[in-house]
Amino acid sequence: MDKIETLTSENAIVVFSKSTCCLCYAVTILFKELGVEPLIHELDHDPEGWEIEKALVNQGCNSPPVPAVFIGGKLVGSTNEVMSLHLRGALIPLIRPYQSLA
Amino acid sequence: MNSSSTQYLNSKRMEVYEPMNPFSMWGDFKGNIYQDAAMIIEVDAKLENQLSEDNSHTTHGPSNQCDQEASKPVDKVLRRLAQNREAARKSRLRKKAYVQQLEASRLKLLHLEQELEQTKAQCALMRGGVNASQLGFPGAATHAGIAAFEIEYEQWVDLQNKKTNNLKTALNSGMDDTELDRLVQDALNHYANLFNIKATVAKADVCYLISGVWKTSIERLFLWIGGFRPSELLKVLVPQLQLLDHQSHDLYNLIQACQQAEDSLSQGMEKLQQTLAEAVACGQALGGGCYEMRNAMDKLEELVRLVIQADYVRHETLQQTLRNLTPRQAAQGLISLGEYLQRLRDLSSTWAMRLCEPA
Repeated sequence: MDKIETLTSENAIVVFSKSTCCLCYAVTILFKELGVEPLIHELDHDPEGWEIEKALVNQGCNSPPVPAVFIGGKLVGSTNEVMSLHLRGALIPLIRPYQSLA
Repeated sequence: MNSSSTQYLNSKRMEVYEPMNPFSMWGDFKGNIYQDAAMIIEVDAKLENQLSEDNSHTTHGPSNQCDQEASKPVDKVLRRLAQNREAARKSRLRKKAYVQQLEASRLKLLHLEQELEQTKAQCALMRGGVNASQLGFPGAATHAGIAAFEIEYEQWVDLQNKKTNNLKTALNSGMDDTELDRLVQDALNHYANLFNIKATVAKADVCYLISGVWKTSIERLFLWIGGFRPSELLKVLVPQLQLLDHQSHDLYNLIQACQQAEDSLSQGMEKLQQTLAEAVACGQALGGGCYEMRNAMDKLEELVRLVIQADYVRHETLQQTLRNLTPRQAAQGLISLGEYLQRLRDLSSTWAMRLCEPA
């Protein structure tokens, strides 16, 4: 889907989220703790949110479609995948190019 | 002993003994115990005679003992009698407390047996394939889900202790690594089963799961989103393992990553509590004290996801820990974990019993 393509190619880390979703919030907190600022796209604040959600489901993000995390333009997955990567020590290498020096 | 005191004793003896037998005299003496030293000595002798159940002594017997014991200081005897009384009193009090405790335990046991029968009935219904919601009372499905969980969890704990013991035996028996690894994988699968049954009850009643009532009291002290903090368990276990440097380094990194994951979920939990509170407070009033609960109910559904996510982190952490270890180290780690958890449960029992110790 175009919008997903655009957003994920222009931003290092993108989290498709819903403002009421506590797991989406947890994932963004984790990224911030690791020194990166993801772009958070709230689907419930986007008039095209429904379209994006459908597209995400088509890409394999279902039950539920959010949070959907993209790093370097590629779909990483949902909370499970992010947590799993981090516990294996594989998340930090993925985001290292985008970590702020602060 | 001088002759005057001997005479004194003899005259007293003659006054009291002659018309009566020794035992009724003891009965009469009780009231006069402090008044006459000779009588006290005789009472003491009587006590000793009664204890040994020897009725064969003659009227001369006590008088002989009197002569021998006249040299004992009176206050020593007084003290001993007072101590005896005190000991008897304490003994009676202890017995009373013990009996009361037995009574209370009996009632508790009856109550528990009743509960158990009810639970068994419900589970039989569930296993028989009857739709639990047809049980005919509000929240029947939830009730049955909880009842089933409690039974399954108790069986899980039993089996876990058995597997821990098997691992211990295997480790000490010099079993080869392939066989040991098989046992390790089996123990890992058992933990996977735990997370499965927790997920099932989370869907039946997440509030029940998160409350931790299904755990023992000491385990509940460490409660974090429906279970233990995996990083805390790791911190307990790692010092008990013999690790190579690179293993220590990897496990240290894992503990850190785990803490970061836990922090993010903790903050997710706080956000959920906040939005739940808002949903309750801002729900539109519907009259008659009712309010629009749909948003609040949605939030509770989210809680289910959060708890299952926390369990996922627990499971992943356990798997990642064992991946970094040799079969022997993994076996030792699982043994230490199993023993630690059981120690917490045992401490709960001891803690609960602490007020029942005899005075």
